[in-house]
Amino acid sequence: MTSVYASRDPRDRGGPAQPLLSVRDLTRHFVLARGVFGLGRSAGVVRAVDGVSFTVAKGETLGIVGESGCGKSTTARLLMRLIEPDSGEVLFDGETVGGGGMELREMRRQMQMVFQDSYASLNPRLPIEDSIAFAPIVHGVPKARARAKARELLAAVGLAPDQFAQRYPHQLSGGQRQRVNIARALALEPRLIVLDEPVSALDKSVEAQVLNLLLDLKRDFALTYLFISHDLNVVQFVSDRVLVMYLGRVVEVGPVEAIYRTPRHPYTRALLASRPSMDPGRRMTEPPLSGDPPNPINPPSGCRFRTRCAFAEGVCAEREPALSGSFTGDAHLAACHMTAAGSGHSQAPGRG
Amino acid sequence: MTTTVMRDTDTGAEQPARLLAEVRDLTVRFVSREATVHAVNGVSFTLAPGEVLVILGESGSGKSVTLRALMRLLPPKRTVIEGSVRIAGHDVLALSPTALEEFRGAVASMIFQEPMTALDPVFTIGTQIAETIIRHEGVSRAEADRRALELLELVQIPSARRRLAAYPHELSGGLRQRAMIAIALACRPKLLLADEPTTALDATVQIQILLLLRKLKEELGMGVIFVTHDLGVAGEIADRVAVMYAGRFVESGEVGEVMKRPLHPYTQGLMGSTVHAGLRGTRLAAIPGAPPDLSRLPPGCAFAPRCAFAEPVCRERLPEEMHLPPRHMARCIRVAA
Ligand SMILES: Nc1ncnc2c1ncn2[C@@H]1O[C@H](COP(=O)(O)OP(=O)(O)OP(=O)(O)O)[C@@H](O)[C@H]1O
Ligand SMILES: Nc1ncnc2c1ncn2[C@@H]1O[C@H](COP(=O)(O)OP(=O)(O)OP(=O)(O)O)[C@@H](O)[C@H]1O
Ligand code: SF4
Ligand code: SF4
Ligand SMILES: [Mg+2]
Ligand SMILES: [Mg+2]
Repeated sequence: MTSVYASRDPRDRGGPAQPLLSVRDLTRHFVLARGVFGLGRSAGVVRAVDGVSFTVAKGETLGIVGESGCGKSTTARLLMRLIEPDSGEVLFDGETVGGGGMELREMRRQMQMVFQDSYASLNPRLPIEDSIAFAPIVHGVPKARARAKARELLAAVGLAPDQFAQRYPHQLSGGQRQRVNIARALALEPRLIVLDEPVSALDKSVEAQVLNLLLDLKRDFALTYLFISHDLNVVQFVSDRVLVMYLGRVVEVGPVEAIYRTPRHPYTRALLASRPSMDPGRRMTEPPLSGDPPNPINPPSGCRFRTRCAFAEGVCAEREPALSGSFTGDAHLAACHMTAAGSGHSQAPGRG
Repeated sequence: MTTTVMRDTDTGAEQPARLLAEVRDLTVRFVSREATVHAVNGVSFTLAPGEVLVILGESGSGKSVTLRALMRLLPPKRTVIEGSVRIAGHDVLALSPTALEEFRGAVASMIFQEPMTALDPVFTIGTQIAETIIRHEGVSRAEADRRALELLELVQIPSARRRLAAYPHELSGGLRQRAMIAIALACRPKLLLADEPTTALDATVQIQILLLLRKLKEELGMGVIFVTHDLGVAGEIADRVAVMYAGRFVESGEVGEVMKRPLHPYTQGLMGSTVHAGLRGTRLAAIPGAPPDLSRLPPGCAFAPRCAFAEPVCRERLPEEMHLPPRHMARCIRVAA
């Protein structure tokens, strides 16, 4: 079992109850350079990630869903410190990263990332075996040992080392390249893997192979996953808990069954209802939402979803709803005035 | 419009029908010094006016090449196209360059996954629609502008009058896709070819565009050939589905039939490997391996290297099309007529 292994892991610090990753108020805005038409106008600010908080427990998979531009990849990059946050705090197994806490280098060893574009993190001029061995060598593992390990990992992701070790990235199919990326991410024996749309570029039949592989590896290597995808079916399949983002904010988070069976936020409900049904006898007649997600440069005041929300009222424009549960200790949280007692929304439950 | 005699493939009976499109034994090869890519290998189908055929298949199976062949949008020098394509009475493969110009847009038009490839970034949406109409119909600019506004309203672009003056980059992804649909419909085509027009869109926008296309089809009576790799999209919009693998239709039939009773092992595998609710905690039934290299296509059934039921005969000869009522076809030796 995962938790047993995790508690034996010499790198484990706080025990099973301490989240492996704890994120508080993470914020990153991008100031846009003035464009050709922008002379004299004030440059816009994209609030890509705006006060995002969540935890990832040891051994679990947290899925992050949301539409294009809602800040999923920016969140991933901030966690990996590929870009710097404007503010907020990230604790890895209870420790802050940098500034006297855990060294960035050590954090990167324990937390790895797989990207959507299977070409992106592979050097086109290196045989894949060398790409996989690269990071361990940089981290001081002897070359021969790193190579042997790379071949083991190729086998673990289902690519026969004799056949594939010396191939270059362009000699592989998309699914095979994504397996190599997963092997590369595993090479430093991380505890957490951030998977940013790892199967989105793959065909369905190959997607299924890679999803099966990810679940096997998670069990075999006692991993924790942060799994980002815009595919609600895939997220439901892999996740223990799910976090829904909209325009840089968390709008809902909770156990996978709760999110899919009793979504509380109108956006989550619309997102789930927008999935095409596989049954031609039960076709949709009205789209659950109209319009596109608004421009992240000037998000609406108050609740950012209010411009598309059928339940929006005055209070929704005035105050931004906070993430809250239905009772103390509720693991299922939503940021909507309709679910917050005494918010002033006509549908809100009474205070009690 | 031609009146053709269509052999109803399930009953074998001959029945007169007005067909919008009739494609016979279409093959497309790309020839270069290094290799010949066999992208489409004998595709036949018919389409009635107002019917939606969805071509479903994975990457590289030949979906886009099939659509492009119907519009003769492939590079002529390196492409060998054979077979016959009749659309609304036109023998498409025999059209002269000027006739082809006329055909595109007025008889058949196409929309793509990425609207920016079809829209010109330096002209406003209104100008692009109006120019298309003027080019084809020679009407006045005022008349073309009026039609352009009508079209933006038809594709449900909010504040349509204001949007006529917008440049493509000023529109969101969903609005851009609507604008591209408006341009495609500008000259009232009888056949709309749609190449994954919703694949790049967000879930909440994708369903809006699918429902819009369904509505437009009803109102305008167009035939639609819609390409996708998404079973759910097919379920939402198709009358009939054709499953494509390695350049061939390996299965086709009414959408409900194919979804409920897939006959071909590849279709069955595709459905088993598609993640949907209720699979949590199970292992996905992935199809092993990968699709074949189209420059080295194996003889016989192209799916044989990945098929759990393959027999020696599958590798020797191309399986025949087997037809089952109602209108269900599969190319597999396991299907008995
Ligand atoms: N370096 C940057 N400079 C300016 N804006 C940026 C930058 N990186 C991201 N953004 C903007 O931040 C917002 C969030 O982007 P992000 O890539 O995190 O979205 P996402 O949820 O991953 O979307 P997708 O599903 O399309 O991958 C977008 O509006 C994006 O344009
Ligand atoms: N102009 C071309 N020259 C050479 N080969 C081509 C050309 N266009 C397409 N092909 C090849 O033909 C095959 C079929 O391509 P096609 O674009 O039809 O696939 P598709 O089914 O549309 O896939 P996708 O889902 O990825 O869009 C592929 O192997 C592709 O590489
Ligand atoms: S806070 Fe208001 S606008 Fe936002 S989701 Fe809830 S009801 Fe809709
Ligand atoms: S013809 Fe043979 S190899 Fe092809 S799908 Fe049928 S059983 Fe499998
Ligand atoms: Mg992203
Ligand atoms: Mg294509």
